[in-house]
Amino acid sequence: MNPAVLGLITIILGVGGCIGYFWSSNFVLDRFIFPPRGPNAGRNINRANAIRPWLFLGPAVIALGLYLAYPVVATFWYSIHERVPGGLEFVGLKNYSEMFAEAKFREAILNNMLWLIVVPGASTAFGLLAAQLTDRISWGNFAKSLIFMPMAISFVGASVIWKLIYDARPEGTGQIGVLNAVVTWFGGEPQQWLTIQPWNSFMLMAVLIWIQTGFAMVILGAALRGIPEETVEAAILDGASPWQVFFKIKVPQIMPTIVVVWTTITLVVLKVFDIVLAMTNGQWETQVLANYMYDKLFRSFDWGVGSAAAMIIMLLVSPILVWNVYSARKEMR
Amino acid sequence: MDNIAGTKSSLTWAVHISVVILVALWLFPTVGLFVSSFRTGDQISSSGWWQALSTQQAQLPAIRVEGDETPTGGAFVIEGELIAGDNTVSAWGTSSRAPQAYEPGDTADLGDGQTLLINEDATFVLTSSETTEGTRLPRVFLTASSPPEFTLDNYREVLTSSTAGAGILQSFINTLTVSIPATVIPILIAAFAAYALAWMEFPGRALLIAAVVGLLVVPLQLALIPLLQFHNTIGIGKGYLGVWMAHTGFGLPLAIYLLRNYMVGLPRDIIENAKVDGASDFQIFVKIILPLSFPALASFAIFQFLWTWNDLLVALVFLGADDESLVLTGRLVNLLGSRGGEWEILATSAFISIAVPLVVFFAMQRYLVRGLLAGSVK
Repeated sequence: MNPAVLGLITIILGVGGCIGYFWSSNFVLDRFIFPPRGPNAGRNINRANAIRPWLFLGPAVIALGLYLAYPVVATFWYSIHERVPGGLEFVGLKNYSEMFAEAKFREAILNNMLWLIVVPGASTAFGLLAAQLTDRISWGNFAKSLIFMPMAISFVGASVIWKLIYDARPEGTGQIGVLNAVVTWFGGEPQQWLTIQPWNSFMLMAVLIWIQTGFAMVILGAALRGIPEETVEAAILDGASPWQVFFKIKVPQIMPTIVVVWTTITLVVLKVFDIVLAMTNGQWETQVLANYMYDKLFRSFDWGVGSAAAMIIMLLVSPILVWNVYSARKEMR
Repeated sequence: MDNIAGTKSSLTWAVHISVVILVALWLFPTVGLFVSSFRTGDQISSSGWWQALSTQQAQLPAIRVEGDETPTGGAFVIEGELIAGDNTVSAWGTSSRAPQAYEPGDTADLGDGQTLLINEDATFVLTSSETTEGTRLPRVFLTASSPPEFTLDNYREVLTSSTAGAGILQSFINTLTVSIPATVIPILIAAFAAYALAWMEFPGRALLIAAVVGLLVVPLQLALIPLLQFHNTIGIGKGYLGVWMAHTGFGLPLAIYLLRNYMVGLPRDIIENAKVDGASDFQIFVKIILPLSFPALASFAIFQFLWTWNDLLVALVFLGADDESLVLTGRLVNLLGSRGGEWEILATSAFISIAVPLVVFFAMQRYLVRGLLAGSVK
């Protein structure tokens, strides 16, 4: 069957199924199981109301449990086992020690650390700059939407775009990559940018920074607008320079938002995979954890080490997870 | 903030210029791709796209003279045009060591009684004293300038030819097939759950909300092998059903989080009045909450659509990497590997793949921004 037709049927079945489930489960609960009439009408209403939330939540809880919670446990399970013909064999931490002994893994960890420092930092800085600058001019919103645009472009699409920028042609012929065009214009030699260590990693980071700056700008821009005007006004009356107003009045007030932006981009960085796969596939020492993991799982079919690498990503994410849950709970009280 | 003392800085022009530079920097890469997709392969590989509007002067690859000879007055003459189109020859030569030896209009003596004349408009006259039948005609090297030229041929080739585009159209349909159901289905499931978490009282509610917030950041990398195993066990294997289910599962935490945050903010009065009037939870949800939550629903729908359209990993793992089922992103990665030098194909394919998200982005930006703010600012 044509997949497009299949898709259409799925939409209809899926939506219809959802509506059908929610409506009929409600109907059955109210009409047959605990009908709000007869001698126990009051008690039945209470019971029905106690059950109803779980009818509403049911599909979501099942999907979340199956697609996100269970895999964490299962991946941990795979990471301490070895695949042998006929099943799994418990090997303890052997996969981990094997992985840590591998040069490519250490390279991936080091690169990831570098990514974790550079990308959130640079994106937040550029975003803050863009937010502050566009805040004061008449065509600011238009400028914002143009800087925001890369957000809609896939990591792979962005990789193609940036590969054109880094393109290199032999010396003496016209350069079609803008970076080499600039270099040769100043009299330099064209370079194969993506093969020069350690700068090639930064070339890849530029792609993600380009994408994430718009996100940082939008969020920080809204936070800047939310700053009480009196504080800025008072500082100006006291003779603060624009720099002082920005760094000593505005930035401290939006610090919580900066933290949120920083952590959100950190999460993106930890999972970055497409850019590295598309641009270098981890060659020339540009490997990162997520691509290393993909290599292990789907190219060498080494589930043990691949799952161990995934657990490392989970481990790096968990401080943010704990912090998010903590602040969400604090906020609800 | 126009009315604050001191904000009318004398440096306004500097701000304007800085923003122009920033916007230009951010736009430059995408424009490059866009412009390149309208240039021919020769143009792309001989000059940067920023020169697309200027007349190109370039040394062309060697061209072999060809044509039918006509005997005229004891000599054999071949006339013709070396390159088609509106070109201007500025220099030419007959050997690769001296490709600019002659001016247009010069006649070169090729030896053995052969002479060659090349004019500015790239027409030539080759005169030989003996017939050239059966011999190899000379090669010439031209330095020619051609006027700016834009073409839709790349798009035609990528979308219609099965070899050049290697199935971009098929991938486009695949991507669409993945992303639409994967956008629609989670919305309904999440909306009901969000309502329960926002407006219904039951034990364990706070715990569930915390769990949703926690699952928000779980990397989907962890889910690949266990879920692939699970899909194989229940017999759906690799296929669209698996991708839709995976995207639904991965999209749910954000959907529930966004929608719950929005629904909690709806006025309590409306809901309580409806309850007093005898409406059931189901009726309240369908008739009041759902219509009022439209902005939040739209925000999530855009997120999920952009995410599923642009996704590579989930599609590769749950749909497969064979030619039939590749999505656009997967196809692009393959093209980067196999035809990395053919920028006309690459640029055009890439632009086709980013065109749809860009349209959605510019059309629905308002909702996207609103969703981002609801999801991040605490």
